[in-house]
Amino acid sequence: MPNIRLIARLDVKGPNLIKGIHLEGVRVVGDPGEFARDYYEQGIDELIYADAVASLYQRQNLVEMVRRASEAVFVPMTVAGGIRCVADVEELLRAGADKVAINTAAARRPALIAEIARRFGAQCMVLSIEAKQVAPGRWEAHTDGGREPTGFEVLEWARRAIDLGAGEILLTSVDREGTRAGFDCELVRRVATAVPVPVIASGGMGSLEHLREVIEHGRADAVAFADVLHYRRLSLAGIRSFALEAGYCVRRHAA
Amino acid sequence: MPPDVVVVDYGMGNVASVLRAVAACGAKPALSGDRQSVATASRLILPGVGAFRDGMDELRRRGLIEPIHAFVGTRRPFLGICLGMQMMLSVSEEFGPVPGLGLIGGNVVAIPDRGRDGQPHKVPHVGWNRIIPRNGCAGALLEGLGPDASAYFVHSYAAAPDSPGSIVADCDYDGCRIPAVIRSGALHGCQFHPEKSGPTGLRILHNFLAFS
Repeated sequence: MPNIRLIARLDVKGPNLIKGIHLEGVRVVGDPGEFARDYYEQGIDELIYADAVASLYQRQNLVEMVRRASEAVFVPMTVAGGIRCVADVEELLRAGADKVAINTAAARRPALIAEIARRFGAQCMVLSIEAKQVAPGRWEAHTDGGREPTGFEVLEWARRAIDLGAGEILLTSVDREGTRAGFDCELVRRVATAVPVPVIASGGMGSLEHLREVIEHGRADAVAFADVLHYRRLSLAGIRSFALEAGYCVRRHAA
Repeated sequence: MPPDVVVVDYGMGNVASVLRAVAACGAKPALSGDRQSVATASRLILPGVGAFRDGMDELRRRGLIEPIHAFVGTRRPFLGICLGMQMMLSVSEEFGPVPGLGLIGGNVVAIPDRGRDGQPHKVPHVGWNRIIPRNGCAGALLEGLGPDASAYFVHSYAAAPDSPGSIVADCDYDGCRIPAVIRSGALHGCQFHPEKSGPTGLRILHNFLAFS
């Protein structure tokens, strides 16, 4: 079994940390910088900053947010939202990001994946897929917070992006996101067992049992969660000790 | 006042994170691609993210290979991180063979594509992994680390030094033993990213900044 990463996902809008359901209907949670520092101190393995709105103005805000976070947070940071070109990536990496996750711009112009991978390495180029189930055993990739269908079947899209240079997949189930009803393990398994790069499962974590399902059945390489941490429904220490007791290879946090 | 450590700027890698982590250790870093500053630094960090050939090409294009050798000749402390560590070796098979800096004899080879159970596993090796010191290699960069100390790795190739004695610590990726820390005298390399490895990584950087 590979090493499983435990990742906190911070969805941001303007200056605020937000949380929605199915990537919509957002509520303000607090200051993303405070949450990022707190999760770092608790021993999070990675952070994902996701800006769903991501206009040009918003992206500048995101760059500044990443810069401030990187002064106190010494774990990998992935940034998602509104990244359209190689120059956008460069700006975020200079601010302290390690990877970018790209959805809309890659779906519109898949060659962007190759451009980013060539310039910064495949490890930096994360393909973000917002997946919705459209029929039994069939999921379609969406953009714009799960609102716009792309016509791409999820696994075919993942494989094509990996051929172009994507080094990791951030796989969000729009159906489960924010519901705390558990991950879409069929979706995760379909992708994680079929591609040669790590898959981060996102959307649906509500209990420790959900973590077990997505690792054992879904075969996720990494697990991202938001709600359970933001609202302190579960503690990171509790999640980590559950994973260690279950025999998963997770980092033993040594402060 | 001169900086405590010069971080080599050659257009590759997450230099901002390296600078901030060095600063968090209480030291004064300077980012520089200037030949004189590199050759005469009191300590040198060669960071790096990306492909071996691109890294060597950038060092060559900026005329930094000779200043790095000049620095190494002073026997002052040197730290290569990830690609920076791999470039310390003689030659890489990544899209190669491609010659490296040759500071430590040996090759850079692909991570085996099969794991402990003989089945294909995922490469790159991405994630946190425990640092396993070899016998008698507790000091220097690893001073003060606990038995569970883990660091963040992201790489598809691994160092294979000619002399096993230059491997200070390994990690175990799904049954594959991968050198995590190498050392020859004042030359240190780590395959993981100390600047992204939380308190453990900061401790390792702190140890490098205190090494004499």
